[in-house]
Amino acid sequence: MTDQATHETNAISLVSRRRFLKLAGVSSSGLILGATLPNFQLAWADTTKETGNATLNLFVSIAPDNTVSIVCHRSEMGQGIRTGLPAVVADEMEADWNLVKVVQGLGDKRYGSQNTDGSRSVRQFYDTMRTMGASARTMLEQAAAQLWSVPAAECNASNHQVHHVASKRAASFGDLAELAATQKVPTEETLVLKSSENFNYIGKPVATYDTPDIVTGNTTFGQDVILDDMLIASIERAPVLGARLASLDDTEARKVSGVVAVERMDGGIEPPLFHPLSGVAVLATNTWAALKARRALKIQWSGSAHEQHNSDTYLETLKKRVQQPGKVLTQHGDVNTTLASAADKHSAVYSLPYLAHATMEPPSATAVIKENQCEIWSCVQDPQSVQQHVSNALGLEAEQVKVNVTLLGGGFGRKSQIDFAVEAAVLAHKLQRPVKVVWSREDDIRHDYYHAAAASYFEAAIDDDGQVTGWRQRTAFPSITGTFKNGVKHPNNGEMSLGFADVPYDIPNRQCETAPAEYETRIGWLRSVANIQNAFGICSFADELARLRGRQPDEFLLELIGEDRQFNPSQGKFKYANHGANWKKYPLDTGRLKQVLKATAEKADLSKLGDHERKSGEGWGIAVHRSFLSYVGIATKVRVEDEKVRILEMHCVADVGLAVNPDRVEAQMEGAMIFGMSLALMGEIRMKNGAVVNSNFHDYPLLRMQQCPTMSVTLMGSEHPPAGVGEPGVPPVAPSITNAIFTACGERIRDLPINKHMQLA
Amino acid sequence: MELTINGKVHQVDLDEDTPLLWALRDELKMTGTKFGCGAGLCGACTIHINGNPARACLTPISVAKGAQITTIEGLSEQGDHPLQKAWVKHNVPQCGYCQSGQLMTAAAFIAANPKPSEKEIDNAMSGNLCRCGTYPRIKAAIQDVVQFHEGGNSND
Ligand code: FES
Ligand code: FES
Repeated sequence: MTDQATHETNAISLVSRRRFLKLAGVSSSGLILGATLPNFQLAWADTTKETGNATLNLFVSIAPDNTVSIVCHRSEMGQGIRTGLPAVVADEMEADWNLVKVVQGLGDKRYGSQNTDGSRSVRQFYDTMRTMGASARTMLEQAAAQLWSVPAAECNASNHQVHHVASKRAASFGDLAELAATQKVPTEETLVLKSSENFNYIGKPVATYDTPDIVTGNTTFGQDVILDDMLIASIERAPVLGARLASLDDTEARKVSGVVAVERMDGGIEPPLFHPLSGVAVLATNTWAALKARRALKIQWSGSAHEQHNSDTYLETLKKRVQQPGKVLTQHGDVNTTLASAADKHSAVYSLPYLAHATMEPPSATAVIKENQCEIWSCVQDPQSVQQHVSNALGLEAEQVKVNVTLLGGGFGRKSQIDFAVEAAVLAHKLQRPVKVVWSREDDIRHDYYHAAAASYFEAAIDDDGQVTGWRQRTAFPSITGTFKNGVKHPNNGEMSLGFADVPYDIPNRQCETAPAEYETRIGWLRSVANIQNAFGICSFADELARLRGRQPDEFLLELIGEDRQFNPSQGKFKYANHGANWKKYPLDTGRLKQVLKATAEKADLSKLGDHERKSGEGWGIAVHRSFLSYVGIATKVRVEDEKVRILEMHCVADVGLAVNPDRVEAQMEGAMIFGMSLALMGEIRMKNGAVVNSNFHDYPLLRMQQCPTMSVTLMGSEHPPAGVGEPGVPPVAPSITNAIFTACGERIRDLPINKHMQLA
Repeated sequence: MELTINGKVHQVDLDEDTPLLWALRDELKMTGTKFGCGAGLCGACTIHINGNPARACLTPISVAKGAQITTIEGLSEQGDHPLQKAWVKHNVPQCGYCQSGQLMTAAAFIAANPKPSEKEIDNAMSGNLCRCGTYPRIKAAIQDVVQFHEGGNSND
């Protein structure tokens, strides 16, 4: 990591204050300094004196009482971003974290993408946040220099003050703020970033900003928003994608006390995007009345092209298709000839059902229409997407939609898909009254943007010396592209870059292929996305080959990965996405993968096998996977007894580059292991006649504390730039468990979830 | 109808079958108690009724009438219940949505069982889901608190 701010993206210049205030949604005055972030259009600073607060830049303002306000423009959903990024700014500017107030930024395109997904908040904004902090610090130092008539070089900021050592003078940030606001904005060439040994917060555990409020219940999530005169909406939605309202009898529903209105929601649109589904909204003065009245609605839905969709038969179809020749994505050597002439061959088919996000907070949004403006409060991962889709729905300009991001009670990708915010806006517009749309758990489970059901096929050729000489992998799953475009049948380039075409095995003849899968229900992003099925297949199959050859999986994997090298899987039309990151900064480095693999294997005893004859025993499994530019290994120990499985231990080894807030990185890895266990052990959404069968936590269960094993997290690789954290812990979890089950009892589970094959102890 | 919540008497004008959850959240604007499932499956809505943990989503206000109701807002005066302090120390919450319910369940549990074994903690807390996966830290925070009680055996 360079300590010089040399990024062209960090150019700083002068712009108007009003624009800033609109942007950041804070009321303050004084100096404003903006930076050109990635995709930022403007950089600016300005001076005003209205409220007595000095705004030192796009992200920083200082009140006379010394409080430093730092804007977080990304959504907080439990990953700790309202702590992580502001702490970087605070560190660089030498602010005292205890005097920092975090201000949530409104949705605005001038922030660049605010879509808090892809595990990219820290890696994309780390340098920029440092620049923002450093420029604020520099301006405070310049202000002190002016005040004391000494050279700026002799003034140093530390611990919320600027000091002049020679004259033993010191001034607080609060006292200097107004004068700092009049300083020339430093150019990027003059800006000096702190060297890492002087970091106060970066790389150290920083207490989560919102925790004291969370433990006292003093928080506002999307579900918690209350406006005067607000109605609560509960919506009965069409059970099948594409279906529309055929008939409605709301007589009984309207009799429920508290009910104010019953409204039809137009829908049935395909591609579904983030349009509201067809439905009937019951609006009442309280949630209970709305829920109760909704049960009294008599509704008939129209037919739909998806009414035959049955997830069990669908998955069987995909499993057959992946065993037929597919569409070639990438190709090295000659896999067909190698397989045809191989001394030994092995093949396997893996599958994974649809999965739901089940964020602990069901989606919710509150909207109000004021003159020609719509204002929204919601738990969204992407406020600009709300601006775009709400403005389209209401015939407004994006700028006429003001989006306040609340805390998110979990996101995992669900809340990047902002259909619920559009529903609230449409209803508020119809009723001309503030409306909060409350999704129930049943709504959430039945009307999610599901993780794709997927099947994959693997085939390996093994020569007389036991070397893998040929490798074919083929996958089929409905692409997320289908959410935005009709007629899509193959995964997109990005999905194939998520741990499929980028498997860094050094095998001379290998081929990646895709097979078609129809789009039958809304598909969305779920924590680590296609990496889930891709890693499950790849890490399982490699383990199968190792065990078949009587090899220890870690040693065998090290051979498969081969030499330390950079592996770029781009070939022909396939352009490796690498999570949108710069290849030079974030190459796919097999050396780092091997380091993680070795460290993971050290946590496990892979040499001992359970009693495969009696199908019982204890055993370890491992899996390693690179995703979101990070390298993560999981070692799992299970016990299988009387056809019941229990996870005894799980250990995570993660190279995420520099862990900006190691405590939150560990927490994310703990959470990823638990998320991964839920999906591997019991995650399954089933559809019959196009409609989801599951409804609540009794039939879409999540891991509970008594099922949660002992776990640990080990971090490594801090000399590298920060990489993704929220998602990369998930993919290796499922295969590490099924590999462990094989070690323990000889049973190879190829179709998730595990509880279809054995009970959970 | 009168409800006594965190020591204060409140008037609510709702149907008798209305779950306490919605009386708290909609009528009294006390949103610390969360809606997770509405079916007694997740524990996000956990409150105390006369000191015992209860699911606000399944408790009609008619049943809560005359009882002492405690919500997360009233767990302590200053946010200084030993569990709240331990939650901060262990940096337990991720998104935080389940945590009111986790704390209320844990508080009632350790009040009734000040020296729980690990297994007892697991059992007591297993009605409360956390999608973010904070179980290891919840357990560590509870163990931290109960270790102050002499003879506490947290390593069953
Ligand atoms: S909301 Fe009451 S138990 Fe889930
Ligand atoms: S902290 Fe998010 S659900 Fe528990």
